Amino acid sequence: MENLKPVLEMVDIKKNYFGNQVLKGVSLKVMPGEIHALCGENGAGKSTLMNILFGMPVIHSTGGFEGEIRMDGEVIEIKTPRDAMKYGIGMVHQEFMLIPGFSVEENVKLNREPLKESILGKFLGEPMKNLNRDEIRRDTQAALDQLGMDMMPADKVAGLPVGYMQFVEIAREIDKRGVRLLVFDEPTAVLTEGEAERLLAAMKALADQGIAILFITHRLDEVMTASQHVTIIRDGAFVKYLNTKETNVTEISALMVGREVEVIERTKHHEASNEIVMEIEDLKVEMPGEMVKGVNLKIEKGEILGIGGLAGQGKIGIANGIMGLYPATGKVTFEGKEVTLNNPKAAINAQIAFVSEDRRGVGLLLDESIAFNIAVPALQNQGKFLKKFGPVSLMDQAAVTENANKYIEELDIRCTGPNQNVRRLSGGNQQKVCIAKALTSEPKIIFVSEPTRGIDIGAKRLVLDTLVKLNEEQGMTVIITSSELAELKSVCDRIAIVTEGKVIGVLPASEDDAKFGLLMSGITEGVEG
Amino acid sequence: MTNVKKMIEDYGVSRFIVTCFAVLLLVAAFLQGQDMTILFSDILNRFGMYAFFSLAMVPSIISGTLLNFGITLGILAGVLAGLISLELGLTGFTGIGCALLLAIPFGAIVGFGYGLLLNRVKGSEMVVATYVGYAAVYIMCIGWMVLPFKNPSMIWAIGGEGLRTTITLDGYYDAILSNMLSITVGGVTIQVGMLLIIAFACLLMYLFTRSKMGIAMRAAGANPIYASAVGVNVNRQRIIGTVISTVLGALGIIIYAQAFGFYQLYTAPMNMSMYPVAAVLIGGASTRKIKISHVILGTLLYQTIIAVSVPVVSMLAPEGGLGDVVRIIVSNGIILYALAQAGGNK
Repeated sequence: MENLKPVLEMVDIKKNYFGNQVLKGVSLKVMPGEIHALCGENGAGKSTLMNILFGMPVIHSTGGFEGEIRMDGEVIEIKTPRDAMKYGIGMVHQEFMLIPGFSVEENVKLNREPLKESILGKFLGEPMKNLNRDEIRRDTQAALDQLGMDMMPADKVAGLPVGYMQFVEIAREIDKRGVRLLVFDEPTAVLTEGEAERLLAAMKALADQGIAILFITHRLDEVMTASQHVTIIRDGAFVKYLNTKETNVTEISALMVGREVEVIERTKHHEASNEIVMEIEDLKVEMPGEMVKGVNLKIEKGEILGIGGLAGQGKIGIANGIMGLYPATGKVTFEGKEVTLNNPKAAINAQIAFVSEDRRGVGLLLDESIAFNIAVPALQNQGKFLKKFGPVSLMDQAAVTENANKYIEELDIRCTGPNQNVRRLSGGNQQKVCIAKALTSEPKIIFVSEPTRGIDIGAKRLVLDTLVKLNEEQGMTVIITSSELAELKSVCDRIAIVTEGKVIGVLPASEDDAKFGLLMSGITEGVEG
Repeated sequence: MTNVKKMIEDYGVSRFIVTCFAVLLLVAAFLQGQDMTILFSDILNRFGMYAFFSLAMVPSIISGTLLNFGITLGILAGVLAGLISLELGLTGFTGIGCALLLAIPFGAIVGFGYGLLLNRVKGSEMVVATYVGYAAVYIMCIGWMVLPFKNPSMIWAIGGEGLRTTITLDGYYDAILSNMLSITVGGVTIQVGMLLIIAFACLLMYLFTRSKMGIAMRAAGANPIYASAVGVNVNRQRIIGTVISTVLGALGIIIYAQAFGFYQLYTAPMNMSMYPVAAVLIGGASTRKIKISHVILGTLLYQTIIAVSVPVVSMLAPEGGLGDVVRIIVSNGIILYALAQAGGNK
C-alpha cells in the first residue's frame, strides 16, 4: 500500500464566500481501495469541500477556490460536475436523487441508457433511438449483485423501503464505467441499524474491488468499523489525519468538537415507583410506514422513558397516535382520565405536549418568527398571550416577545432575535424552538420524537440536556422516541422496545446492548429478568 | 451604490419597476401638459373603487385558499343585494345602507358554499376559483333575465322582461360615499369619507389578523399540518377565510357601483377578479403571504397606471379608439407581470 499513489489528493484548499473564510487550508488524501472517513461537525466545511471536488457551479460563481486537486499525483482541474464524472468521481447523495415513478433499472441508467437502432433513429439520430432494455436489465442486475442486494431491476423506486433507495443510488454510481472514487455523504443517516450494516458491507466489497471510498458520516462507530483512515476537519480547518486502527471514538469526537465529549450526567435517577401517570392500552395507529398494532405501556410519573426500535416498526406512531395526528383506536388514560383520541385539541388540553419528528413539516411555521412559532399553540388552546379590548381579544405582542426571549436564553437558541424567521435557523435551533413551543403550554408530560435527528453533536447534547433538566428540575415526565439506542441509554431510566407494532419488552436503560438488540430482532427469550 | 441596491431589494425589485413605470407615466402626463388635478382626482377615485376588492384578498391568502379569483361570486351576491335595495325604491344613505346590510348575509351564504367547494379541491384553488367565477357569471345571466324585479328603471324599457345591462344609480345613491366629506385641495378632489371608510376597513382587517381566530387562520394557511397538530380546525378556518373574502367582495361591488354610478350586470363582472389579484401582487404580496400595506400600495400603483396610461397614450396617438385598446393592453400586461412575479418579495 505504501508505495501506491493516492487516487485523490486535495491540497491546502481554501475558499471564501463573500469574505467569510469557510475553508482555511484543508488537505485530504485518499488511497485506492480504502475507505476513508471524513469527519466534522455540521458547518465544519465538509459540504463545501465536496462542492469543490464536484465542480459545483456555486463554487465557481463565487470566485473559485485556492489549492490543488490531484488524481494519481497529477494536478487536475474540475470546473463542472461533468468533469468530475469524467475523472471517475461519483457521489451517493444524502437526499435521494431518484425519480420515484421510474423503475430501479431506469433510475440506474437514466440518461446513460444503452441504445439500439430503430427506424426513426436512422433518420433523426440518437434521441430517436430505442432503449436496449435487455442490456439495461443485465447491467443493473450486475450492479445489484455486486452490492449483494436482492431486488428486482423492474421494481418501481416509489415502493421501495427507504434503505433500499440508497442502494439504487450506489448501483447507479458503480454502473458508471471507470469509477475510481465514490463519495458517500452521510449515507446511514436515514437507515436503520440493519440497513446501515448492509451498506457498510457493500462499501467494503466495493473497496476490495479497488474503488476508493470517501465516507462522510456523523456516526463514529461506523468510522471505526469501516474505515482505514480518517480525516478530521473543524471550523473549515484541517485538524488531523489518523490511522483508524490507532485511534478510538473518544479521540475522534474530541478532535471534531474541539472539546471533550462527556456522557450526559444524570444527577438523580428516577426511582421505580408504582405511580402510573399514563396508561396506554391496546393502542392501534394507522400511520403509514409506522403502524402501531396494539401497544400496551405504563408510564411512571416523573420518569424518562425511551421508546426504541428499528425504523418502520411503529415506535414513531405511538406519540403521533396519542396526539391525534393519525387515526388511532384503543384507550389512553392520563392521570386517571381517558384521553380522547383522534383529536389534537383534546390531547393538548389534557396538558400533553408533543415535539414531532418532522420539525419542518409538522413542528414549525417556517416563514413566521421564532416568537410567533413558540406562542401559537398556547394562544390557541389556553388563551395565553391574549389581551382583551372590550369584546375582542388580540395577540399581546409584548408578552409573546418576552416569552420568546425567555426561551432563547434558557435553551440557548442561536438567532438574531425573537423576530427572526425560523426557516433560516439551523436544525438544532429549530428543534429548540419546537421544544420551547411545547413547553410554553406548560405540559405535565412531553413526548419527543427523534429529538436529535439531523442535528450536530454540540446541539444534540444541548437538546438532550434540556430534556434531562426538565425532568429533574420540574419533575416532568418525558418520553423520548429515538432510533439511536446509545442516545436513549444515555438519558433514559427505562427503554421500551417496539417491534412489529407492539412493545416487545421494557428494560432498565442500564441493561446490556445485547439484550436490547435481541428485543429489536423480536427475540424475548432470556431477556426478561 | 450598494446602499441603493439594498434599498431596492428591500422594497422588492418588481414593485420597484412598477413604481418607476407609474412615476414615468405621471412625468409624461405632466410634460404633455395634461390636467394633473383631474388625473390625481381620478387616481384617488379609482383607489376608492377598488380597495375593498384588494382587501378581500387578505383573508383568502392567509387562510391558505390563495388568491381569491372567485371574488366574482361575492360581486354577484353584492349586485343582487344592491338591486333589491333599488327594487324597494330606497334612496340615499338608507338605500346604500340596505344594500350593504343585505350584501353581508348574501356574501356569507355564497362564501360558505364556495368554501366547502374549495376544501374539496385543495392544491388547485385558484384554477377552480377562476372557472367557478365564470360559471357563476353565466348562471346569473339567466338569473338577471328571470328574477322577478319590477322597478321600471331597472328592466328593459320595451317588452319589460329581464334586467338591463347597466342600471343607473342616479336618483338612488349615486356617488353618495364618494362625495361624503369630499374636499377639494388645489383642484384635486380628495374623498375624505371614502378614504376613512377604507382606512377603517383596513384597521379592522389588521386587528383580525392579530386576534385568536386570525392567528389560527394564519397558521392554517401557512402550514395546515402544523395547524392541525396544535388543535386548529384547518377546514373551518379556510371556510371562514372564504366567507370573509366573499363578503368583502359583495360590499366592494356596492362601493364600486356608487362611485361608478351604475350596477353592471350580465358578463361585466367576468374579469373583475383580475384587478385586485394584480394589485396585491404588484403591491408585494405572494400567493401565500400578504400584508395590509401590500393592499394599499398595490391598489394605488395599479390604479395610477391604469388612470394615467390612457390619456397619455391618447395624446401620443390620437387616432380614434386607441386609448381603450391601450387600457386593455396595459392592464392585462400588468396582470401578466404580476402573476409572473407571484413569488412576491421575500
